[in-house]
Amino acid sequence: MDEIQSLMHGFAVALTLKNVALMFTGIILGVIIGVLPGLGGANGVAILLPLTFSMAQAPGGTTSAIILLSCIYWGALFGGAITSILFNIPGEPWSVATTFDGYPLAQKGRAGAALTAAFTSSFVGALVAVIVITFLSPLVAKFALEFGPPEFFAVYLLTFCAFVGMSKEPPFKTLATMMLGFALAAVGTDPVTGTLRLTFGSTHLLTGFDFLIAVIGLFGIGEILLTLEEGLAFKGARAKLNLKVVLETWKELPRYWLTSIRSSVVGCFMGIVPGGATPASFMSYGVARRFSKDGSKFGTGMVEGVVAPETAAHAAGTAALLPMLTLGVPGSPTAAVLLGGLLIWGLQPGPLLFVEQKDFVWGLIASMYLGNIVGLIVVLTCVPLFAAILRVPFSVIAPIIMVICAIGAYTVHNSMFDVWMMMLFGVLGYVFKKLQYPLAPLVLAIVLGDRAEASFRQAMLVSQGDMTVFFSNALVGSMTGLALFLLFWPLLTLLLARLRGR
Amino acid sequence: MSEGNEEKPAFYVRTAEIVTAGGFFAIGAIVIFDSVRLGMGWKEDGPQAGYFPFYIGAIICISSLVNLAAALIAAVKRNAVFVEVGQLKLVLSVLLPTALYAGVIGWIGIYLASALFVALFMRWLGKYPWWKVAAVSVGNSVVFFLVFEVWFKIPLPKGPLEAWLGLN
Repeated sequence: MDEIQSLMHGFAVALTLKNVALMFTGIILGVIIGVLPGLGGANGVAILLPLTFSMAQAPGGTTSAIILLSCIYWGALFGGAITSILFNIPGEPWSVATTFDGYPLAQKGRAGAALTAAFTSSFVGALVAVIVITFLSPLVAKFALEFGPPEFFAVYLLTFCAFVGMSKEPPFKTLATMMLGFALAAVGTDPVTGTLRLTFGSTHLLTGFDFLIAVIGLFGIGEILLTLEEGLAFKGARAKLNLKVVLETWKELPRYWLTSIRSSVVGCFMGIVPGGATPASFMSYGVARRFSKDGSKFGTGMVEGVVAPETAAHAAGTAALLPMLTLGVPGSPTAAVLLGGLLIWGLQPGPLLFVEQKDFVWGLIASMYLGNIVGLIVVLTCVPLFAAILRVPFSVIAPIIMVICAIGAYTVHNSMFDVWMMMLFGVLGYVFKKLQYPLAPLVLAIVLGDRAEASFRQAMLVSQGDMTVFFSNALVGSMTGLALFLLFWPLLTLLLARLRGR
Repeated sequence: MSEGNEEKPAFYVRTAEIVTAGGFFAIGAIVIFDSVRLGMGWKEDGPQAGYFPFYIGAIICISSLVNLAAALIAAVKRNAVFVEVGQLKLVLSVLLPTALYAGVIGWIGIYLASALFVALFMRWLGKYPWWKVAAVSVGNSVVFFLVFEVWFKIPLPKGPLEAWLGLN
């Protein structure tokens, strides 16, 4: 059992006083970020990323930096549940399904039970996903060591086609934002020939668009503008969480073991295949409602209705790191930001990471176990504190969040131009959200654009422009085939529906 | 404007869809234009710089046309409200000051700009008494100054005020 040994080594790396302190800091910051409107996992990590630049230069510093950032991510995943249950405002898109039963529970005065159920099942989902990562990722990485440019391009193709096939948004809107992302990624110096592209003589555009700026604008400013439409006040239930409620809920939870297992499987699968936490939570809620004997009572305040989406969302959010680490292809926007962090610190994500950076990889995986335990303790003990943040009036919190976003955008490159770009992305984010243009493919395309293009052109160079290289062997052929199948999936379902309608 | 106008639609979804699709088409066209300039074909050393972006631009143009068509067809059946007048007013009352804020950071520094921005917000939208406004806005900037300049040693844009205080 090589993995167990590597994991033990990872625990030795992660269990230093400094790293454990960083875990607590990360989780607390993360929960605050998850609770605040306009700040979420993706842009929260993006804003705090510049703070790790100097930290990562110390020996072993990259491990500390990734522990801090990934713990912010876990914290944000936990935090989303608090606002959903107490305020009926999903702090994160993946907590929308949690509001269906969580808020009715809170209205019935069972907020404590709902919160305990949410946190505990989040923890269970994450734990299952981390176990999957521990044992599956070395295998995937070993497998991927054999990959050449055509295989890598097929992986990218699969990622992006999965977005078209699986997202709830209209397929051509997904395609449009995704390609916009690729176009933005192409701005600047061509990675292969060094020619300047799409800069039109502007010196600001020489280095291209940074996806961190896009993330902060799209998810931060855009989200605040959307929240504003609902008015300036939040009205929420009181959070009372004491040991008695926690223990009583824990006694109730084992009843839903089957739901937990189902949701974990759905979550892990959706996280690894780039579908992401949000569809995973909805799918899992739907599955639980269909199979539960109390299915008809879902939506009126069932604990099981909180367990299902939370388990899946947390499992998916965690599992999204598997393809990020092993293939360099993130499964969610937040995983994309973490990938960006790795690149900035000088690490090359992908299969070689497991060979060359053992300390980093296993330290991170070990910190996932520890971080989620820390997270569970922090949220169970500090809920009233975090809920109090949301009682700060919006006219105070909104400008402060705007200031944080501006500082975050500025510190990426120390450039004012980036702050203005952030504003532009903010308006885009607002309009796109309202018109159902998905944001995740846009962000992922900006991150992966250059690498996808490079692998495509290398593959083309090898084959002298022959597209059949993407079907040249069983591995690359089946990946490309699956990608095309997913790409045309919306069309297929449309045709099937037509045929059935006749 | 009277109160009754608040729930009137400012824009319809149809209008917004058409404008957005048009914007996408324009971006796609720009990408195609520049790719053709760079060369979108093959040279002896492989694909040219415009090879990949050309197809990206083409897909943007095609999908924007499909989205445009979808908007025009759907609009006949139902035309939902994109944003109401009252909502638009709220959104603009945040967006415009924020744009102004982003504009003046370069001149007066981020700390003074942030303090003024937070103060404006609290006074105008929150109607707080002046002493609370002053405490929160100044306190906020001081905390950020300590976190970034002192602890993390990350310099943020500063202006004449910081120079006068000798904090540069």
